[in-house]
Amino acid sequence: MQQPPTAEERYEAEAQVISGQVRPARRAYTFIFTFPTLMALWVVLSGRFDTFHLSLGVISCALVSFFSGDLLFPHSPHPRQTLRLWWRFPLYVPWLLYQIFLANLHLLYLTFHPRMPELIDPHMVRFRSKLKSEMALLAFANSITLTPGTITVRVSPDGDFVVHAIDRFSGEALPGEMEKRLARTFGEE
Amino acid sequence: MNLAVIIILVVGLVFFLGGAVGILRFPDFYSRLHPAGKMDTLGSFLMLGALALYHLHPFTLDNVLVAIKIVLIVVFYFLASPTATHAIVDAGIRAGQAAWQKPGRGAGS
Repeated sequence: MQQPPTAEERYEAEAQVISGQVRPARRAYTFIFTFPTLMALWVVLSGRFDTFHLSLGVISCALVSFFSGDLLFPHSPHPRQTLRLWWRFPLYVPWLLYQIFLANLHLLYLTFHPRMPELIDPHMVRFRSKLKSEMALLAFANSITLTPGTITVRVSPDGDFVVHAIDRFSGEALPGEMEKRLARTFGEE
Repeated sequence: MNLAVIIILVVGLVFFLGGAVGILRFPDFYSRLHPAGKMDTLGSFLMLGALALYHLHPFTLDNVLVAIKIVLIVVFYFLASPTATHAIVDAGIRAGQAAWQKPGRGAGS
């Protein structure tokens, strides 16, 4: 099991990028991945296939991916882990959508319930997440906010969460299964 | 096909209505954000999804491109909405807005 990049490794990578010490091979690697992504976006957004518009797209996409290719595919000491994330994350999304739907139904029920103020019980939940990388924490925080009944109030880089829950039912589900699935998605089991 | 689109649109509308009613009915700032931030997300997901489906009907390249654009809107909505909700909650906490508690419950529980 590969370890997620530690803070030092990330800062090291960022320092390399800022000081322009990125290896040429690394530049080519980000360019190869960034250019098709941007080009696909260009084609979708423009929807014109004549030479003029396509060549404009090629020029601007090449410029952008040359200068800021590192933004879309940030440097990681473990490229294989990053690649795995790209095909694991789409597997997580349908489950998240299903959870959003279920929880929205619950919130809808609360909203239209005549005795709603008796049913809800807003409170703060505090817990510490086992997730480590920043991306995993970000995805977890946003997933919590999307699942109704809970809003992430604060996240610390160490994984301390403060969550506002609308009732007992919503608050009890944390961190629970969502964290387990995200840990699997980000390879942090 | 049209029937499916209409059903999804109406379900999305119900969620939007729930969001609007929720904003009016919930007791305080933080609990109002729950319907505001999320039922809108699901509602717009359903309605935009229905529109994308509707646009696929004459299956030409142009229509597929429009559908992909709509899906992109949904993707960015799903990224932006929780972030905005979190920013509002954070602003509320920083400004010292107290959270409503059920009568008879001590603070900090």
